Amino acid sequence: MQTVVSQTSPPKKSFLYDPKVRGVFYQVVLVAAVIFLFYVAATNAIENLQRAKIASGFGFLNNTAGFDVSQALIPFSAAGSTYGDAFIVGLLNTLIVSAIGIFFTTILGFVIGIARLSKNWVVAKVAMVYVEVLRNIPLLVQLLFWYIAVLGSLPQPRNSLEMGAGFYLNARGLFMARPIYASNMWILVAALLIGLVGTFLYRRWAKQQQEQTGRQYPVGKVTLGLVLGLPLLTWVVLALAGVNPISFELPRKGTFNLTGGMQILPEFVALLLGLVTYTAAFIAEVVRAGILAVSKGQTEAAGSLGLKPGQTLRLVVIPQAMRVIVPPLTSQYLNLTKNSSLAVAIGYPDLVQVFMGTVLNQTGQAIEVVVITMGVYLTISLITSFIMNIYNRRVAIVER
Amino acid sequence: MSTAVDMPHFVRAKQVEALPPPNLARGPIAWIRENLFSGPFNTLLTLVVLYLLYVSVPPLLRFLVIDAVWTGTDRAACRADTGGSESGACWAFIWDKINYFIYGSYTISERWRVNIFFILLGIGVVWLLWLRAPRRDLGAVYFFWLFPVFSYVLLTGGNESFSARFWLGFAIFGSLVMALFAFVAAVLKTALRPALILGGGIVAFVGLTLAVVDFDFGLTHVPTSLWGGILVTLLVATVGIVVSLPFGIVLALGRRSKLPIVRMASVIFIEFVRGVPLITVLIMANTMLPLFLPGDMTVDRLLRPLIGTALFASAYMAEVVRGGLQAMPKGQYEGAMSLGLNYPQMMTLIVLPQALRIVIPGIVNTFIGLFKDTSLVAIVGIFDLVKTIEASRIDPNWAAPTIGITGYAFAALFYFVFCFGMSRYSLGVERRLASGQNR
Repeated sequence: MQTVVSQTSPPKKSFLYDPKVRGVFYQVVLVAAVIFLFYVAATNAIENLQRAKIASGFGFLNNTAGFDVSQALIPFSAAGSTYGDAFIVGLLNTLIVSAIGIFFTTILGFVIGIARLSKNWVVAKVAMVYVEVLRNIPLLVQLLFWYIAVLGSLPQPRNSLEMGAGFYLNARGLFMARPIYASNMWILVAALLIGLVGTFLYRRWAKQQQEQTGRQYPVGKVTLGLVLGLPLLTWVVLALAGVNPISFELPRKGTFNLTGGMQILPEFVALLLGLVTYTAAFIAEVVRAGILAVSKGQTEAAGSLGLKPGQTLRLVVIPQAMRVIVPPLTSQYLNLTKNSSLAVAIGYPDLVQVFMGTVLNQTGQAIEVVVITMGVYLTISLITSFIMNIYNRRVAIVER
Repeated sequence: MSTAVDMPHFVRAKQVEALPPPNLARGPIAWIRENLFSGPFNTLLTLVVLYLLYVSVPPLLRFLVIDAVWTGTDRAACRADTGGSESGACWAFIWDKINYFIYGSYTISERWRVNIFFILLGIGVVWLLWLRAPRRDLGAVYFFWLFPVFSYVLLTGGNESFSARFWLGFAIFGSLVMALFAFVAAVLKTALRPALILGGGIVAFVGLTLAVVDFDFGLTHVPTSLWGGILVTLLVATVGIVVSLPFGIVLALGRRSKLPIVRMASVIFIEFVRGVPLITVLIMANTMLPLFLPGDMTVDRLLRPLIGTALFASAYMAEVVRGGLQAMPKGQYEGAMSLGLNYPQMMTLIVLPQALRIVIPGIVNTFIGLFKDTSLVAIVGIFDLVKTIEASRIDPNWAAPTIGITGYAFAALFYFVFCFGMSRYSLGVERRLASGQNR
């Protein structure tokens, strides 16, 4: 018998055609190119730095700064503070303008976004014009405009505008009373904390009651009373007892200038105005898109259940719209934080102006300064997107 | 046992009054009543908004148009103490400085070159953006190769006069590239001709570009330090789009690649750039680029922010393109692969033409952002429109109280016209693309 041995060896194929081999090859080339690029850049940088006699390393952070900053939330002086302190001052200034800006821009943005969907023709058109105008003009131009408009129309310190209650306005900024806290301030803080905890507990209880019995409780009024009323009442009682926890230092008018009190820089006001109005236009669009994403059937169903328009908005539309709104809203918050770096154009001492401007110019240590500054912004972005991801997972539609 | 829920709180006891029949009245008065005064709250809202309009619009109109100063040769026209008007915008100032705002300090006798650049730019933009324009593939070649090369020659004067050594070096480099292609073809046992054509094409492409830049067209050299105004604004925006679109596509493909290192490199680049403000990138380009180059090499001061904005825009463009790639149904990829197309063929012939088409609105929106961001180059000392206005604002010849605001109003108007036009375009495309979907 003859056995047929079939020698079906696989067709000869060059390993060069193997996608895996090719993939490895491409990646090796990429890595080599990147390493080469970094190597060339690093050697050049070292050589250039040596020739220009510029020190390297992060030791400069401990050197005396020798310049003043117009707004510092921590004690800062030209003689006694270091570049490290300057960094912290700049960072805090960036954070505070971003935080206040985010607060106001959210409110304004939501108002305008909802106004754009209003059935009232005039309101909707005005909101639309606002969005189109503000979105299509560069923030830098708006900031410079605000800066001139705010600063240019204000009087010199000699003839400050007196606005009552210790408020003065002049070209150097807004002056107001500075609170001085006495040692028994903790009582007020404690009252506030108690109010917050009480509100939280009451809200949980009210929700439970509503779910069980359908009875609704005045959550809003109680919240207001606990959070605002309780600390206020404590304050009044303490003040009447003669141990006032907060006293105010009023700015006094001298011959040429105001002394004492608290000063808000015009740069800060201009930057805040610019950031808030600009970002609000984008947030308005985000809000509008989010509300439109809730299908009309939801509104109609809510109406047919007998909910009032306000309740429909609060209980049905907004909770669903939030799911669509929040991710782009966060990226707008990040944009605002990043855009606050435009402060450098009008001289508000933010991180970029103080650290990437003055410190970089004084020390010449470009690489370290750039790395630190970018690192700060990157960290803020990464933390925000991390929190965002957690939130997204929580609000994602639960599929059955 | 009763039900767990206390019913009376949920259910009405009494019948609700029937709503009035819908108002069928037509006409302007009915419309006003329905849209503006349909209830107390709505009426109040309308009145408040109308009051706000009354407070803001007439003064604005008065400032910009009615009380504005239209003619004049120096500050006298816009100062109250010299008999001028201070209550309106000083357009005479803009009119006097308009050439500076458009060309910067560009040599006056050579400004026709800038005008030709504007025209060439307009042709390229229309060719690419008008969806029914003929031969838009040629338009892409024009916009991404011919136009940049010719603009470079036009604006700088070209005539780089490369040395003979340079051309010798290029010849050696060219033959090396050809040899490499031939070698690869030989190793892979494929036809030699296409490989040589491809290699020759690349060498010819680079060579032709260099030859045009090298050729002496008889144009005088205009250093970039003289450029300014709208010219620089448009230049930064154009370079941004010309570089960021191809580079962004590459990055997007990298991010969607199956190769882990390629994907990681793309992700790191994109997320890094998107996580930092543009100003820091510009300052980095300004201070660190010179450090990274050999000591005897310098980077043109205008080139540094150009590189910065181009890289910055690329990262954003990459995310837009990635959106388009992800929107492509998987069947398109599988269909292409089952036809035996390789990766470049699949991408250039099947996926990208469709993906790019659906992200045109996104690309235009990114471009609007880029166009607005070009104003930031003013902060690193480049004389774009904003910086030229800043510089003219302090001209003693035009020292008047309304000059600053007038200047910025002009800038705002300029940016608004461009950005608003582009956003209308992108809306139009969006609608056109959507119209195919709803049959």
